Amino acid sequence: MTSLLSEKAPARTYAAHAKPWWQRTLMTRDTAIIALLVVVWTYASIAILNFSDPITVYFLVLDIAPILLIALPMTLIIITGEIDLSVASVVGLSSVLFGVLHREGLPMVAAMVLALLACAVAGALNGVLVTRYGLPSLAVTIGTMALFRGIAVGALGTTAITDWPDAWGDVVQARIGDSQIPLMTVPLVVLIVLFAVVLHFTPFGRGIFAAGLSKDAARFSGVNVDRTKLILFTLSGLISGLAGIYFTLRYGSARGDNATGMELQVIAAVLLGGVSIFGGRGAIPGVIAGVVLIGTIGSALRLDGLSANLIQIITGVLLIAAVIAASVLGWTGRIVGTYRLPKERVEQSSDKPSSKNSKKSE
Amino acid sequence: MTSKFRRAGSAVAIVAALGLTLSACGGGSGSGSDGEGGGDTSSITFIPKNLGNPYFDASDAGGQKAADEIGTKWSQVGPTEATPDSQVSFINTATQQRAGALVVSANDPTAIGDALDEARNAGTKVVTMDSDTEPQFRDVFVSQADAAGIAKSQVDLIAEQIGGKGEIAILSAAANATNQNEWIKLMEEELAANHPDIKLVDTVYGNDDDQTSFDKTAGLLQSHPNLKGIISPTTVGIAAAARYLSDSQYKGKVALTGLGTPNQMREYVKDGTVKSFALWDPEQLGYLAAYTAEALASGDIEGKEGDTFEAGDLGEYTVGADGVVVLGEPTVFEESNIDDFDF
Repeated sequence: MTSLLSEKAPARTYAAHAKPWWQRTLMTRDTAIIALLVVVWTYASIAILNFSDPITVYFLVLDIAPILLIALPMTLIIITGEIDLSVASVVGLSSVLFGVLHREGLPMVAAMVLALLACAVAGALNGVLVTRYGLPSLAVTIGTMALFRGIAVGALGTTAITDWPDAWGDVVQARIGDSQIPLMTVPLVVLIVLFAVVLHFTPFGRGIFAAGLSKDAARFSGVNVDRTKLILFTLSGLISGLAGIYFTLRYGSARGDNATGMELQVIAAVLLGGVSIFGGRGAIPGVIAGVVLIGTIGSALRLDGLSANLIQIITGVLLIAAVIAASVLGWTGRIVGTYRLPKERVEQSSDKPSSKNSKKSE
Repeated sequence: MTSKFRRAGSAVAIVAALGLTLSACGGGSGSGSDGEGGGDTSSITFIPKNLGNPYFDASDAGGQKAADEIGTKWSQVGPTEATPDSQVSFINTATQQRAGALVVSANDPTAIGDALDEARNAGTKVVTMDSDTEPQFRDVFVSQADAAGIAKSQVDLIAEQIGGKGEIAILSAAANATNQNEWIKLMEEELAANHPDIKLVDTVYGNDDDQTSFDKTAGLLQSHPNLKGIISPTTVGIAAAARYLSDSQYKGKVALTGLGTPNQMREYVKDGTVKSFALWDPEQLGYLAAYTAEALASGDIEGKEGDTFEAGDLGEYTVGADGVVVLGEPTVFEESNIDDFDF
């Protein structure tokens, strides 16, 4: 048995790493979605009146900012094989807490920090229920989605808190110099880079992928799966809280029903960006492209005079297309596999486990 | 084995996704270009609170009619849900299109303020209709009716129906609803000034909830046996009260009037429970809003107090204080005309 293994070791190749680096970088789902974004953007710029105006970028960034923010921790959570449906409710909770604390006379920064802390605690609650009690995150976060939304709406009823200092709203809507690029782009880019580095270039990030591929294997290789998930859910609460502050300041209105339904927009964008709902696969660049793509399509279709219902239908179709594309990808892979298998068998006639192994490696 | 599979897979993914998106976009631009030019400075864009709302369908029809008379482009776009921020992206789109004027029924007095500021900075005129924003965010507010007119028309209706004397009660919406309370106060003043024989004995609150309003109506009739009439200045309240009366011994004996929509009230007018009630006509409201928008966009008026303009069939209007244009007296609906309306 040992001799067999040691014999096999040198024969084993990492197919994915056998290609030149440029193929490994370019031939990915991320590239596909980014290419799609470029094509849609180019098409819209040419075919749709007024889309090429710089102000399009300004409105687009402000519109997608909260979705982009929440998509970052959501990506990490989905890669571990979990999901967080409570994010939009946390946005509402954050908005209401921020509003109430501000109304009670707290300075803006203090109100903001307290609201963010509460949202981090809300996220941690999800995390504890999922990791300590081993409950499925889908069920847990459906529950907390209703719970947080209920608290948010209950705290303010149908009223809204609207007396915000203008200066804060102006900061949120400010542009960089004379350009049409919102100032908000700066913190967004910083966060994107942070999340990309954590996910793709740190041991913690490798642990996220490992936990999503196989919880047990991850644990045996030294990844503290529960701690990782707890951190991610807390982070998700915190970032959703941040999105809630942004939402409140941008619209100058703290309401319990702010961002209702946004969790689905976030998850749609993340899946469109190539993250597998089963966990273990995904990357930040693709997710960013997914969020921007959905925003761009909405913007272009609205400029084209289409109704809100039709825009939803098209976004839905696109999402299904993305999922189908993933299946087609797998299916093609299997076809290619069956064509190649006999050849491999001939080459390594007595080595059946090996061919099985290489099949599993992808 | 993965190398080829990846490459082929990526290619398939790109092609599949591209095909779908392009066909989607292509279909979109085709259907859009029929009615929508975009970037036309003489166009008027109407953004209701939400789509699929009969009230706004009626005002849209009015706006369309006015735009046809003027010879300008009219389009209605809007969110599917009436949440405070949902109108923002549609306002932004109108800004990008450099629409001549926007007609908005605001879901929130402040949430869309910054988006409207952007639109006005880009040269688009902003008219609010039916539901106003804070005055600094718009050029003109086209109001459905002024509070005094609403109060007077309802008092006049009930006075006519009960013969000018007797006990009446009010079934309102929420106890702290600003517009309701203003109307109630004005109704009390109108009663004291012109109808001394009518006594307002009670005001109850149904919270714009159908069942609560129904129960409150029952309560009113039990605690005030001499009650002659009920005024319900809210569409939910009047419909619930009518439903109670039509099945009770009070049908035809206790008068009911207020603010309701013809579609809700049709059966109660036909079966004799309700003689007449009032509401502004949303079609006229949309019609007037479109003419106001056109007058602003063409530079005929600036939205200052005292500016006057012609609004087609409705005649001449004057901009009042705070940039408000009032449609006029509410329309009274009764058996003879109720079938002319559908909202």
